[in-house]
Amino acid sequence: MSVLDSKIPDGPLETKWTDYKSHVKLVNPSNKRKLEVIVVGTGLAGASAAASLAELGYKVKAYCYQDSPRRAHSIAAQGGINAAKNYKNDGDSVFRLFYDTIKGGDFRAREANVYRLAEVSANIIDQCVAQGVPFAREYGGLLDNRSFGGAQVSRTFYARGQTGQQLLLGAYSALSRQIGIGNVEMFSRHEMVELVNIDGKARGIIARDLKTGKLERHFGHAVVLATGGYGNVFFLSTNAMGCNVTAAWKAHKQGAFFANPCYTQIHPTCIPVSGDYQSKLTLMSESLRNDGRVWVPKKQGDKRKPQDIPEDERDYYLERKYPSFGNLAPRDIASRAAKEACDDGRGVGESGLAVYLDFADAIKRLGKSVVEARYGNLFDMYHHITNEDPYEVPMRIYPAVHYTMGGLWVDYNLMTTVPGLYATGECNFSDHGANRLGASALMQGLADGYFVLPYTIGDYLAGEIFTKSIPTDHPAFDAAEKAAAERINKLLAVKGNRTVDDFHKALGKIMWEYCGMARSSEGLTKAQAMLKQLREEFWSDVRVTGGANELNVDLEKAGRVADFIELGELMVTDALSRNESCGGHFRVEYQDEGEAKRNDQDYAYVAAWEHKGVGQQAALHKEALKFENVKLATRSYK
Amino acid sequence: MSKKSTHNGLFSTLIGKKMLMGVTGIFLITFLVVHCAINSLIFFNDGGELFNEGAKFMGTNVLIRIMEVVLFLGIIAHIVDALLLTLANNKTRSTGYQYQKPNANSKWYSRWMGLLGTLILMFLIVHLKDFWVPSRFTDHIAHSELEKLPGQETLFEEMKEVFENPLIVILYVASMVSLAYHLLHGFQSAFQTMGWNHPKYTPIIQKTGFWFSIIIPILFALMPIVMHLGIIK
Amino acid sequence: MKFNLKIWRQKNAQAAGKMVDYTIDNINADMSFLEMMDVLNEELIRKGEEPVAFDHDCREGICGMCSMHINGRPHGPLRGTTTCQLYMRNFTDGETIYIEPFRANAFPIIRDLVVDRSAFDRIMQVGGFVSVNTGQVQDANNIPVVKADADLAMDAASCIGCGACVAACKNASASLFVGAKISQYALLPQGRIEAKERVLAMVNQMDEEGFGSCTNTGACEAECPKGISLSNIARMNREYYSASIS
Ligand SMILES: Cc1cc2nc3c(=O)[nH]c(=O)nc-3n(C[C@H](O)[C@H](O)[C@H](O)COP(=O)(O)OP(=O)(O)OC[C@H]3O[C@@H](n4cnc5c(N)ncnc54)[C@H](O)[C@@H]3O)c2cc1C
Ligand code: HEM
Ligand code: SF4
Ligand code: FES
Repeated sequence: MSVLDSKIPDGPLETKWTDYKSHVKLVNPSNKRKLEVIVVGTGLAGASAAASLAELGYKVKAYCYQDSPRRAHSIAAQGGINAAKNYKNDGDSVFRLFYDTIKGGDFRAREANVYRLAEVSANIIDQCVAQGVPFAREYGGLLDNRSFGGAQVSRTFYARGQTGQQLLLGAYSALSRQIGIGNVEMFSRHEMVELVNIDGKARGIIARDLKTGKLERHFGHAVVLATGGYGNVFFLSTNAMGCNVTAAWKAHKQGAFFANPCYTQIHPTCIPVSGDYQSKLTLMSESLRNDGRVWVPKKQGDKRKPQDIPEDERDYYLERKYPSFGNLAPRDIASRAAKEACDDGRGVGESGLAVYLDFADAIKRLGKSVVEARYGNLFDMYHHITNEDPYEVPMRIYPAVHYTMGGLWVDYNLMTTVPGLYATGECNFSDHGANRLGASALMQGLADGYFVLPYTIGDYLAGEIFTKSIPTDHPAFDAAEKAAAERINKLLAVKGNRTVDDFHKALGKIMWEYCGMARSSEGLTKAQAMLKQLREEFWSDVRVTGGANELNVDLEKAGRVADFIELGELMVTDALSRNESCGGHFRVEYQDEGEAKRNDQDYAYVAAWEHKGVGQQAALHKEALKFENVKLATRSYK
Repeated sequence: MSKKSTHNGLFSTLIGKKMLMGVTGIFLITFLVVHCAINSLIFFNDGGELFNEGAKFMGTNVLIRIMEVVLFLGIIAHIVDALLLTLANNKTRSTGYQYQKPNANSKWYSRWMGLLGTLILMFLIVHLKDFWVPSRFTDHIAHSELEKLPGQETLFEEMKEVFENPLIVILYVASMVSLAYHLLHGFQSAFQTMGWNHPKYTPIIQKTGFWFSIIIPILFALMPIVMHLGIIK
Repeated sequence: MKFNLKIWRQKNAQAAGKMVDYTIDNINADMSFLEMMDVLNEELIRKGEEPVAFDHDCREGICGMCSMHINGRPHGPLRGTTTCQLYMRNFTDGETIYIEPFRANAFPIIRDLVVDRSAFDRIMQVGGFVSVNTGQVQDANNIPVVKADADLAMDAASCIGCGACVAACKNASASLFVGAKISQYALLPQGRIEAKERVLAMVNQMDEEGFGSCTNTGACEAECPKGISLSNIARMNREYYSASIS
């Protein structure tokens, strides 16, 4: 049997979570006060968890690298959050949301987790509304919904184009309340740089105070990582500049398995790269595809202006290939189709790495004012960034890295393979399989933090009530701090010639080229060698200015890039070992005329990797995925 | 709420103090209306007859006399409060910007209310010395031509005398410019301070404030000018 | 494009700072302002100097992390945008650009252009919330909200907490930020229950943090990247008076 025990409760899918909650071990209130929980990250997943745990009575310490917990990257989500409320009476249900998520994930997620997610989704909306989150409403005063990301029901709740912001501010307000009461101690501008492991259990972290550079020791009976995704391994992504894998990676090196690292989501509608100085990519909400039509010229290398290309010389390739979903085909499919068109020499714009998203028909059909009411702010944003007016000329868009489905492996309790170490939100791998549906990440982050972890962590902490707080002069803390300090000093000591960004860009190029939208055995093998070389060069030629004991942005970046390089190696390894195409993982060898070809026979498993040392081949552990409630089917959107 | 609010009453906070600014400001505005209305009686050019009537009423009516005290308290409160706020606000940014473009985001007169107010205060001192002190504390001023005793003058005559001095006229006109700008910001600001901001009414208040700030000071400024030039006799 | 930069450099909170001149060349007009800063920093690092520290994260105008007082104005010359949404095409070739940190005693400088805005968090901690615990709540649609109020609440809630309002205000007042938060809750039935305690607590904390009072100059509204309206300050004042006297 595999070392992985997913701890999925027995019983029918529909009652697993209810039964679990009825039987899970509880911690009595007076003991909760003695139990300390560390929550790293204050995004949707972290802030909601920290607040909820504090409300229950635990002593919580929370950390974020930004200057305020309110700025976690969850804030950038635009589109919306799904919930099976069926307020629209259009046939939505918990099962349907569950099924859509499993199917959207290309049958590579765990049934029990996803079902639980769909179940608690409705509570999230209730919670957020009670907190004062200003969701969009109809004239009757009730909540509005829209259909999102190609879903056939309208189950997406939204707050203008700022849903993530409003949800995060809701969670932040709950967190602030607990900080004010004194139940949560907040450490902003702190970066977790090491996990402290005592007798095989997670017992604390080493955090660097980014203002002073001081390394600090913090004890917790349990540690929760809610540190977000690792999309920045590609250098260019829609993630915030500071998003990093460092916390998760340190945990990985301390024994937490990393699952499905190669599953990355490439979002089809981003503003294309404009030059090599580009520092990040901007997402244009997927909702644009509700009315915009995607096309490229039929002729290769057609450099005419879009308005000069007659209708019959345009290829509306999504409508052509996927007549039933058309422009609303799921993200991975739409992205790949754009890449294909560009690879075929039919890309547009100066770089040839873009396709048109055209609103001319929508404006003709609906009138400019309707289009403006629906997308005005997005059009303005596009205009602002590109200096082109999308009311006049079609938008140019191109896919960009957006989300990482992979992450720390967790069981049904959201606990990693290190006892006492939990991972929630984008940081874990759990619910989206090989591809995430739109508006489901916000749902997952809040589900984990508000409604799952507060129950499941009790199961572990109930066994810890006799563990006294471990003083931070314990040898394990000494060792962890020493390791962190040595690493920092090592980075500063290289004094090489290349800047950190230089390495980060090089890493991004390799990853995008070989482990991006299309992967091949040959390319991945090449990438492996390149990454190894890059890692070695990094440690011998990087230049990090400044000192350890001060605010040092260069040093912060260096630490993160060092971890990204190692992660990149693991991603490539994972991609190479998964000889199938599924969701965001597309191996060119495994396709049916451009359509991903899954191999359920051999690959219906979660690949959980065990760290064996830097530069060493990681060990693969497989968690077989059992589908008892859905039939595995080819994911067709034709 | 997490923290049992340690609130020490309306005026303990800067918002409370600012409210007093607004209340007294609006009160002073109403005073300006009355004052301007009475003084404008000189424009009838009747040798000051109507004006002296008005001045007599203002000088003798009990209610008005009580209001005069309130007015002084109001001015003092306005000034003291202005001082308190200015002192508090001067402590909020010890190191300033090397380079700033404040005109890009606000009007100069909104930022210089304290200076404009101080100019008005200096004017008030001169103004009170010239008119209010003699009429209240000396028996130099008579209520009308008929009641005039030897050596007495009517207020109207006193005005003519004072405004013979061109420097005084210039001072008055300049001060009215200060007042105009003080009001240009202050009128609408007072409503905002009181929390009276409404999509429908705020534009009306702003327009009213604009014209008020121009018309009242112009009327006031015309008084010394026309008297100095002898247009009003 | 070429620019002369005058940038505030300050090693840490205690050290004295000063403006330092840099020139930068070969800047593409389509670069964002922060990308220009990246280019400068890369050059500095190559020369063995320490890069300019500045706050930023999302680079799409939503996290509120970027600050900077550029050419005399918080978030630079363009209205309704954050620093990260500025592009070099918004400047003229050869221009001298002044880059300073947001200044207010309530926002102490940490290093170079990085300031500490945790005063905002502390204001939020005394009342910027509705006191509901997870799980205590009723069905979302049991709380209908008049659409117009919901929309106004959303307008107020779109504040990103960047602090430009404070940086622009001659009094370093935080009224726009606090007014927006108080308004959001005051407009919603969920927030009414604690409206009185909230406004008193937050207004007191705002004073305690050392922010100034509001002179209604409107500088905050003009510089706010999210167009938060002054009407929120009026609403806060109203809420405050009625809470104080009741
Ligand atoms: C542009 C964009 C748009 C999106 N739109 C949608 C959408 O419409 N709907 C949807 O469902 N999803 C959307 N997503 C995805 C979704 O926003 C994220 O997956 C989700 O918000 C992640 O939340 P999180 O709490 O897991 O992590 P984050 O919000 O990323 O939070 C991570 C936290 O961890 C902290 N942290 C990280 N590393 C460390 C460290 N080493 N030490 C200390 N602290 C650390 C950070 O400070 C931060 O507080 C979007 C994503 C992007 C990028
Ligand atoms: C007839 C005389 C005056 C009138 C009609 C008047 C009117 C006003 C009004 C309406 C306001 C706006 C209040 C608000 O924003 O809520 C105001 C503000 C102000 N006034 Fe006056 N005022 C007068 C005299 C003075 C004097 C003599 C001084 C000072 C010495 C003064 C100093 C100020 C200051 C500093 C403010 C701005 C306060 C702030 O917001 O910081 N004013 N005045
Ligand atoms: S009110 Fe505007 S300027 Fe002030 S913090 Fe909020 S978004 Fe920034
Ligand atoms: S970096 Fe996030 S708002 Fe500018």
